[in-house]
Amino acid sequence: MSTGNEFNCGLDSRAVPSIRYAQAVPQIYSINRDACLGCGICETVCLAKAVRYADEPRRTQIEVGAVIVAAGTEVFDPLKLDTYEYALLPNVVTSLEFERILSASGPYRGRLMRPYDREEPKKIAWLQCVGSRDINRADHSYCSSVCCMYAIKEAVIAMEHAHGPLDAAIFYMDIRSHGKDFERYYERAREHGVRFVRSRVHSITPGKDGDLELVYVDDQGRQQGETFDMVVLSVGLQAPREVVQVAQRLGVELDKNNFVKTDSFSPVQSSRPGVYVCGAIQGPKDIPQSVTEASASAAAAGMLLHETRWKETTEKKVTAETNVTGEPPRIGVFVCQCGINIGGVVDVPKVREYAKSLPFVTYVEDNLYTCSQDTQVKMAQVIREQGINRVIVAACTPRTHEPLFQETLIDAGLNKYLFEMANIRNQDSWVHSQDPAAATAKAKDLIRMAVAKAALLEPLKETLLDVIPVTMVVGGGVAGMTAAKALADQGFEVHLVEKSQRLGGNARSLFRTWRGEDIQAFVGSLVDTVENNPQIKVYKSAELTRVQGFVGNFTSELLLSDGNRTEIRHGIAILATGGTEFKPAEYLYGADPRIMTHLELDSMIMAGKAPRGEDGATVFVQCVGSREPQHAYCSRVCCTHTMESALHLRKTNPEMPIYVLYRDIRTYGEREDLYTEARRQGVIFVRYDVDAKAVVKAAPTGLEITLNEPILQRPVTLKADRLVLSTAIVPSVSEELGQFFKVPINEDGFLVEAHPKLRPVEFATEGVFVCGMAHSPKSIDESIAQALAAASRATTLLSTDKISVSGAVAETQQAICSECGTCVNVCPYSAPSFNTKGKAEINPGLCKGCGLCTASCRSGAIKLKGFDDSQIFAMIESV
Amino acid sequence: MNDSHEPKMLAFLCNWCSYAGADLAGVSRFQYPPTVRVLRTMCSGRVDSLHMIEGLKSGFDSVLVFG
Repeated sequence: MSTGNEFNCGLDSRAVPSIRYAQAVPQIYSINRDACLGCGICETVCLAKAVRYADEPRRTQIEVGAVIVAAGTEVFDPLKLDTYEYALLPNVVTSLEFERILSASGPYRGRLMRPYDREEPKKIAWLQCVGSRDINRADHSYCSSVCCMYAIKEAVIAMEHAHGPLDAAIFYMDIRSHGKDFERYYERAREHGVRFVRSRVHSITPGKDGDLELVYVDDQGRQQGETFDMVVLSVGLQAPREVVQVAQRLGVELDKNNFVKTDSFSPVQSSRPGVYVCGAIQGPKDIPQSVTEASASAAAAGMLLHETRWKETTEKKVTAETNVTGEPPRIGVFVCQCGINIGGVVDVPKVREYAKSLPFVTYVEDNLYTCSQDTQVKMAQVIREQGINRVIVAACTPRTHEPLFQETLIDAGLNKYLFEMANIRNQDSWVHSQDPAAATAKAKDLIRMAVAKAALLEPLKETLLDVIPVTMVVGGGVAGMTAAKALADQGFEVHLVEKSQRLGGNARSLFRTWRGEDIQAFVGSLVDTVENNPQIKVYKSAELTRVQGFVGNFTSELLLSDGNRTEIRHGIAILATGGTEFKPAEYLYGADPRIMTHLELDSMIMAGKAPRGEDGATVFVQCVGSREPQHAYCSRVCCTHTMESALHLRKTNPEMPIYVLYRDIRTYGEREDLYTEARRQGVIFVRYDVDAKAVVKAAPTGLEITLNEPILQRPVTLKADRLVLSTAIVPSVSEELGQFFKVPINEDGFLVEAHPKLRPVEFATEGVFVCGMAHSPKSIDESIAQALAAASRATTLLSTDKISVSGAVAETQQAICSECGTCVNVCPYSAPSFNTKGKAEINPGLCKGCGLCTASCRSGAIKLKGFDDSQIFAMIESV
Repeated sequence: MNDSHEPKMLAFLCNWCSYAGADLAGVSRFQYPPTVRVLRTMCSGRVDSLHMIEGLKSGFDSVLVFG
């Protein structure tokens, strides 16, 4: 029986019992009850008796101290917008369907085809804001925040997949590439040939042979008609329908769009104490922000429950390690069929028999799935019974599965480094599926290479490092203080280092959040809490002058305001050095007191010096210093800031004319409501081109701002009493900071995290974390979430007293060392140093096992454990 | 040498980039000649010129180092 494959949005079909998707955890088949006939034959035919056909959902009770809601989001249903004819026209697809079309595991196996005739489209249009920024028909006033970027990505990938030229056109209102490095991606897409058309298309009409006609009005106000082979609707995000009941059950409040309500100062705290929230259930957001919030909500729960940490943990029993030193190698080889993934191409029984003939191999078996739980138990038993002292698994890739099999070795009492994998799936059966004989021969070779190396493997010792449960936070702005407080509230000692005379950072100059909350009241109380927390030692007017050491064991030197120096020993560092407002050299800034930056306007408002009762116009200019070669990124917060300021001025001066000169308005997420409100209240928005910026003249009677009005298509001059420049945010990251902690800095000067999506607050250097604007420009709620996330990741190390580092490290043989110092120079991690005898010695805690020193050592004095010369030569010679 | 001769290649791949790339080629089901043998290192910086020479001596037609 087959039915529509819901994972591929129904574009193909699959069996009624199926694994929901390739990455599903657990990887278990389930029956789609909606499509099932109800015969129950599956239960009787399953030889393993794995099917419980009459199984029903069961209720269970779990006692918990906190709840984290991460229920996610769903996409807008475009059927509501009848003029797009989504239901009738097969070549009109949603962006989610197009994702599946592009995917190698999708309905067309990654071939770019349109559903109607399975032909490759030559011309595709993306329509943005389908179900977003639309209160007319979609009832969604907010921006979905992610669609611009995914549409650009889909266009770029589609062009890569196409066999000939592909005309990819994105029809948009504003391009919102406000995330870290997103603006550059947008620029690259433009250079790549993606067309960007500023227009909101009203309807799609059917053309010949499945083609689609779009009629739209271009920038110059002219009506245009174009025919496309395929149209992708960039559907927005919305709160799942069930969320209202879930919220009621949990007792948490929702906002008007049914997203879980939070405030800017506690961005992962729902209205009910003990219930936290993360991801798009709180509002439309992308993966980096969702992952950051996931860690943040874990930190928030940790702050609540830290006293019970380790109270209900079951400790794993460790089997005593067998000493294999001096024993002749007894190699066990486990060949995996991986269902049909390997077994369908490689002749596994033949490979198994071949492996038996190899030197030192004493045991061979093949398994349907070597990685399955039952095989692991069996494997540990076989290792013990057969006295195997070296293990080879010929299966998939060590990059994903080595840790799993090493666990099994440990369970069997073997040192985990007595293990080697032969990659006969990803690098064999999958890539030579047309040539089974050659794939089988290659599998034999790969196993022979692994056997040659395995015979020479030695048990390795991992270094256990003490973790000093103390954190140094660099930067005393909102992000730094939040991280410090989150750790202190869990009982950890924190040193907070601030270079200026007081804590608070940029937040000291900010008036209100986009939700209208009072920032000064918040910062004031946060500073008090931090300064009075006995777990936090605050250093003001302090400069970091030296950092030594590694994860768990850093020693940093501070230069204090009184000229004295002090040393801090800490296990963890959190970098929260923030950013500052860019001071421009254009628009007559600095030459006239009527021309000011955003923060200067905020300071005037807070000091009560804001214009009151006057009716002279105010003009805002967006993107001053942002999205230009000098700072080729979007500063993310300025559009929203302008809306807040404009609305505040409008409230206090109802008659004041207010103009905003902009390139794209980027009020992402629910911030869009401010933009809508500003327009409703008569704020006038005038778009400008980066090549035709406004010209400012300062006359005693007023400022004259001249620019080309794109709708009238003629120059206009605005007379104004003040000009507010929305200037860029520039990072306050010094090069030394990067060098101190061996963390990378990007070309814009921001710190580069280990992975933008998977590890958004970590670095490749262990024990060092980032939060706030040192990472990229962001709003106060986003900085707080990221600070909590950094604290959460730090806690994973702080809450254990020892961490182990890999045993596959380099070691010098001191007798042969010629003291040349090459290893000291080439090591990117500063692991080698000269000891008191003048010989090079490698600190195993710092060594990452790259082998650069080993290959560079002219005396051959450095051994890289696990990848030593003898092992590499044995592998080469065995082929 | 006849036309069907495929050179035998030894490829040193860095665990973090090119080895991951070779894995991804598998996930994407890209097909390539079955005459390449991969040797994983934790960094291409590990590869010594002696390893490359040894590859050629052992009968490989070419040696690739990716990192």
